[in-house]
Amino acid sequence: MHLKYESQLREPLVSGNKTYHQVTEDIIRPIEAKPSRLWYIGFYIAVALLCFGIYSIYRDVTYGIGQWNLNKTIGWGWDITNFVWWVGIGHAGTLISAILLLFRQGWRTGVNRAAEAMTIFAVMCAGQFPIWHMGRVWMAFFVLPYPNTRGPLWVNFNSPLLWDVFAISTYFTVSLLFWYSGLLPDLATVRDRAFTKLRKRLYGIASFGWSGSTKHWQRHESLSLVLAGLSTPLVLSVHTIVSFDFATSVVPGWHTTIFPPYFVAGAIFSGFAMVQTLMVIIRKVFEMEDYITMGHIEAMNKVIVLTGSIVGIAYLTELFMGWYSQNKYEGYTFWYSRAYLFSPYGWSYWGMMACNVLSPQIFWFRKMRRNLFVTFFMSIIVNIGMWFERFVIIVTSLYRDYLPSSWSVYYSPSIWEIGFYAGTFGLFFTCFFLFAKYFPVIAVAEIKYVLKTSGESFKDNMGHIEAENLETFVHEQSHAH
Amino acid sequence: MAKKKFVVGCFDDEAVLFPAVKKVRSAGYKIHDVYTPFAVHGLDHAMGLRETSLHTAGFIYGITGTSTALGCISWILAKDWPLNFGGKPHFALPAWIPITFELTVLFAAVGMVLTFCYLCQIAPFVKKHHFHARATDDLFVMVIECTEKTNVDDLKSFLSNNGAIETDVQIAEAGWWLGRYDQDELPFENKQTVAA
Repeated sequence: MHLKYESQLREPLVSGNKTYHQVTEDIIRPIEAKPSRLWYIGFYIAVALLCFGIYSIYRDVTYGIGQWNLNKTIGWGWDITNFVWWVGIGHAGTLISAILLLFRQGWRTGVNRAAEAMTIFAVMCAGQFPIWHMGRVWMAFFVLPYPNTRGPLWVNFNSPLLWDVFAISTYFTVSLLFWYSGLLPDLATVRDRAFTKLRKRLYGIASFGWSGSTKHWQRHESLSLVLAGLSTPLVLSVHTIVSFDFATSVVPGWHTTIFPPYFVAGAIFSGFAMVQTLMVIIRKVFEMEDYITMGHIEAMNKVIVLTGSIVGIAYLTELFMGWYSQNKYEGYTFWYSRAYLFSPYGWSYWGMMACNVLSPQIFWFRKMRRNLFVTFFMSIIVNIGMWFERFVIIVTSLYRDYLPSSWSVYYSPSIWEIGFYAGTFGLFFTCFFLFAKYFPVIAVAEIKYVLKTSGESFKDNMGHIEAENLETFVHEQSHAH
Repeated sequence: MAKKKFVVGCFDDEAVLFPAVKKVRSAGYKIHDVYTPFAVHGLDHAMGLRETSLHTAGFIYGITGTSTALGCISWILAKDWPLNFGGKPHFALPAWIPITFELTVLFAAVGMVLTFCYLCQIAPFVKKHHFHARATDDLFVMVIECTEKTNVDDLKSFLSNNGAIETDVQIAEAGWWLGRYDQDELPFENKQTVAA
């Protein structure tokens, strides 16, 4: 049996004097109201970006990926940088909902639903890059292992690029299932409050006829727990496998064993930064300050400073190994192509260092962790820094390889390469705006579950319990039911 | 399925609900179900429900995934079409671990969610009788199945005495059918007028 008591020392997760009904009202009201002018502006900008992206992809398919500025040695440029960046962002949602569930972190309830949605949209964006990079995209199904008329010539199961196909598609599927199964009870809440026929019908279909039966809740809890247990190693495996794309090669700067943990920490780092960007906006636009409290923002900033520092240590370890290995090629890559400010791409390395390692250290200060402006600004900075990280890893390792005669000219992206990237922003935000309009952005049922232990008004009423002696406390609380 | 007669008692606090569930059970009534807006821990034990074995199903789906992956890959790369990758062994088990792991997780997750939907009889376009519209909002709705011997009025007052804020008798279909929620006979009485 769970203890029904949580110490006064802990900050409440839900502030204000809320009842269960008030929670429903607060979270579902934005779905039932007409969207604001701000929503329309944001949505149209996102759709416009998406259209530009679609046009860029149309050109990509028509003229081939030669219209990107990839060249002789830089066969991966912005596209794979963007792929790794988006996949990294897609790690926060499952981390929040799965790992924090296993660690029994109550504060996840306020942010998990939106973070999971963000994960799904980010993985959708990430998937675009390898698919369209194939060039002849109509042959994309060649990556699937199926008995075929080409021999049968199977895919190479020993290749990290194929591991990626399995990892990303599994991650997308499992995240989607986890997200939607958690969403069912909340969609039923929206259905039962619906005041138009269309709403009632659509949310009726979407909620699968959920009734809230005790037996169903029991199974639902079991399902969430096992999915969390499965997703925890999954989320770690996905970015590990993405890092294998590089680490199993023999390119200096990629061929390092530190990559898996370093990539996973970086993924969590950038993912949390994106969650912060969205949460700061959501809590303001939808007036969710009582549910996404400063405590939530602070907790996420702590994760950002932790993972930012892990990433920093990884950068320094790489530099050290570049020297300590006494390998000329490694040394050249790390100490000239990257760390030397006046080398052609030195600026990107130092940009990365400033954004990812130095600036997040500001979050050692509590005042800064609880400052919304600083949080929002830093969340953008971190995502720029993490984009630079992938750019540094990919481009600085590729532009000068073993043979100086094939060193490439300076690489900068074409407008269609940039357009494709902008298009994925369009896709991401179009999906996110629609999600915020039509789905509860906070897990209603989960907030109700923590309300009586962590709600502000309920905590105040329980203050007297702390004055009791230990035996009475244990006796009363452990036999609550 | 035939329609049945139910007595419905609504509670607004889980602290009142727990003793009520115990009393109703010890009085010999058969609780059809309790509908709650969120997962109330311990309620399944209080109602005497057995533990779910959904996680066991998940384990079975998981090992199915593991063996599917290992079986398929080793057949493909070692038997059906062995390829020479730089003289490395055809049976390259360490290189297959990532895909084996991913398929284990995929099978377990997809299988469990489908099993969950099957066990709970939930799916798109499925319609059920909902005893109270606020059961997904803020009420804990206890539904008791009536037999020929049940004295409905006694039961209603028994529930009220144990803290039910609202009691009701409903004749309803207990199972599910394919249907639409907008064709409900329930009046949309709780109309919300919302300012933009």
